[in-house]
Amino acid sequence: MLESFQIIISLLDSTIRIATPLIFCAMAGIFSERSGIIDIGLEGKMLLSAFVAATATFLTGSPIFGLFAAILASCSASLIHGFACITNKGDQVISGLAINILASGLTITLGIALFSRGGQTPSLASEQRFMPIDFAFLDQLSFVPVLGELFVEVISGHNILVYLSVLAVFFTYYVIFKTRFGLRLRAVGEKPEAVDTAGISVIKMRYQSILIAGMLCGLAGAYLSIAHGAGFGREMSAGKGYIALAAMIFGKWNPIPTLFACLLFGFLEALGVRLEGVELIWIGEVPVQVMQALPYVLTVVLLAGFIGKARAPGAIGVPYSKEG
Amino acid sequence: MSDSNIIPKWLSVGVIPLMNLFLAFCVSGLFIFFVGENPFRAIFVMIKGAFYYPGAIGYTLYYTTNFIFTGLAVALAFHARLFNIGGEGQAYVGGLGVGLVCLIFDQHVVGFLVTILAILGSVIFGAIWGTIPGYLQAKRGSHIVITTIMFNFIAAALMVYLLVNVIIEPGQMSPETRDFASGVGLMQIHILAKYVGLEMAMSPLNLSFIVALTVSVGFWFLVWRTKFGYEVRSLGHSETAAIYAGIKVSSTIIIVMAISGGLAGLVAINELLGVHNKLLLGFTAGYGFTGIAVALMGRNHPVGIFLASLLFGALYQGGTELDFEFSSITREMVLLIQGLIILFSGALAYMLNPMMERIYLKYYGDYNNA
Repeated sequence: MLESFQIIISLLDSTIRIATPLIFCAMAGIFSERSGIIDIGLEGKMLLSAFVAATATFLTGSPIFGLFAAILASCSASLIHGFACITNKGDQVISGLAINILASGLTITLGIALFSRGGQTPSLASEQRFMPIDFAFLDQLSFVPVLGELFVEVISGHNILVYLSVLAVFFTYYVIFKTRFGLRLRAVGEKPEAVDTAGISVIKMRYQSILIAGMLCGLAGAYLSIAHGAGFGREMSAGKGYIALAAMIFGKWNPIPTLFACLLFGFLEALGVRLEGVELIWIGEVPVQVMQALPYVLTVVLLAGFIGKARAPGAIGVPYSKEG
Repeated sequence: MSDSNIIPKWLSVGVIPLMNLFLAFCVSGLFIFFVGENPFRAIFVMIKGAFYYPGAIGYTLYYTTNFIFTGLAVALAFHARLFNIGGEGQAYVGGLGVGLVCLIFDQHVVGFLVTILAILGSVIFGAIWGTIPGYLQAKRGSHIVITTIMFNFIAAALMVYLLVNVIIEPGQMSPETRDFASGVGLMQIHILAKYVGLEMAMSPLNLSFIVALTVSVGFWFLVWRTKFGYEVRSLGHSETAAIYAGIKVSSTIIIVMAISGGLAGLVAINELLGVHNKLLLGFTAGYGFTGIAVALMGRNHPVGIFLASLLFGALYQGGTELDFEFSSITREMVLLIQGLIILFSGALAYMLNPMMERIYLKYYGDYNNA
């Protein structure tokens, strides 16, 4: 009994670690897509900012500087996306794909040119990273039987970006549903003509939204390379941007359900790793690939309308032109 | 967005795409310059690597073959205004078709017949992997872009599972099947040349290249010379018009995605039947994604796709040469160039249109027609 409790605790702990970049990226996706811009470039922005974060931190020795550099890099990618599909009315999917492939090529090329380590950055010392924070007052609770352990192991002891990701969810919820900016943002994604008629610039709204998305992706990238990890490795985003995209759809473009989708997908991955080589009663060994594929399968099933209907914002993917 | 109707076709189909390509190469050159190498020397090295050395052309055309298949796959879907990002997964599952046919039959049936069946297997398995997203788009309204992305990942997980746990050659570590029997496979061109007395340098170029050229002609015929092709293009231009014209939209979508998946699946015959002679992990190596760049550059026409495939074939083959000649740029540079080509030839395809329209009207402007 005690052992299985320990297992659950460690599962939840790794769930949170895995889910953090997903949460940042999925919130980024919500900002972008709610304003009508498809963002399959989450993956590339995260990868690029992970590289920039590690590089800037290595060169300056300050993770704070690395974080800001990451946000700057990710926002530049957002601006390229915006220039292509807002200003030039190009295809949003193609533009996002271009950013993903560009980020892949760029990070490896620059990595090799700068550090000659086959695309990796030198590993960072612990004072150059965002290290786990222990909440002093929570440690006092460790004598409480179940809850105490839960707090100490699962809630406490993560790096600052993990807590920031939770804040990002509430920030997203608040901005999108409780502010005038958010009302306009949603309107731009549903009926841009109406917003335009009200004298608000659709183009400006959309640029603002994708810049916020860029910042959030920058946080996700920084988490990967200078908080959770200690340096950048080739292709280290490893499809997380696409899982975040799936989580956003799974959460039906709403921040709170999306948070739970991210946690679910994080849990599935943690469980997959945990179950590797373990024989379960009735089922036998569950292949780790089943757990890896499950987020994608679930999203496909959801999108097909078999478990509730996921409806994308009305004007998504359509470039706005006044004449048209 | 569509092509401008102010400027003539030779500008919008000929000059502007070339200018976009030129821009992509300029930016790539800037990056090469930025990392401290000479971009012109890099181009020279790549051209030499792609065409000059013995066997280099064979390698270039071998890559070209893959890109023709995936480029056509993406292009056919584009004609129906469907964005098939799933070429990678369809090619991968196509490989499963090849592998299963060969592993089941190659001990019992004559090699030539197994090869034919394996080619069919690649098409059918690829088609299945394209049909499901097509069905979900047509009947359930799921967005094809998202579904095909998801199917790429599902395919990857499925193939890893099968190769690691099920069809791996017993007693070995690396996730590969056993070799196919010796009579199975598509002959490499340099071996074929030896039979007719020609001496050619060794390269992986094989009969799949001929298949790719044949399929390209078939593609042209299908899209521009058949009723089905007309329906596909009508659907691409306007769904409402297509419905009004009595075209069955959902079945057209499903068939297009089936053919598209089948085309992508053919990558497996080049890689597995032509070169590796077994099914192995990750043999698709991003060719499916490159197909998108190829289709965009080639403007969804087989001739354009052939030229774009040739360019990418040369980039891939020439890119390997970068590793030997330079210390700070490697073949991954090609990925960067590919991203820039997708950006300039795809997402920014119409960026130059307004400028060209202004210039054209200034010099040839007949305002009565414009």
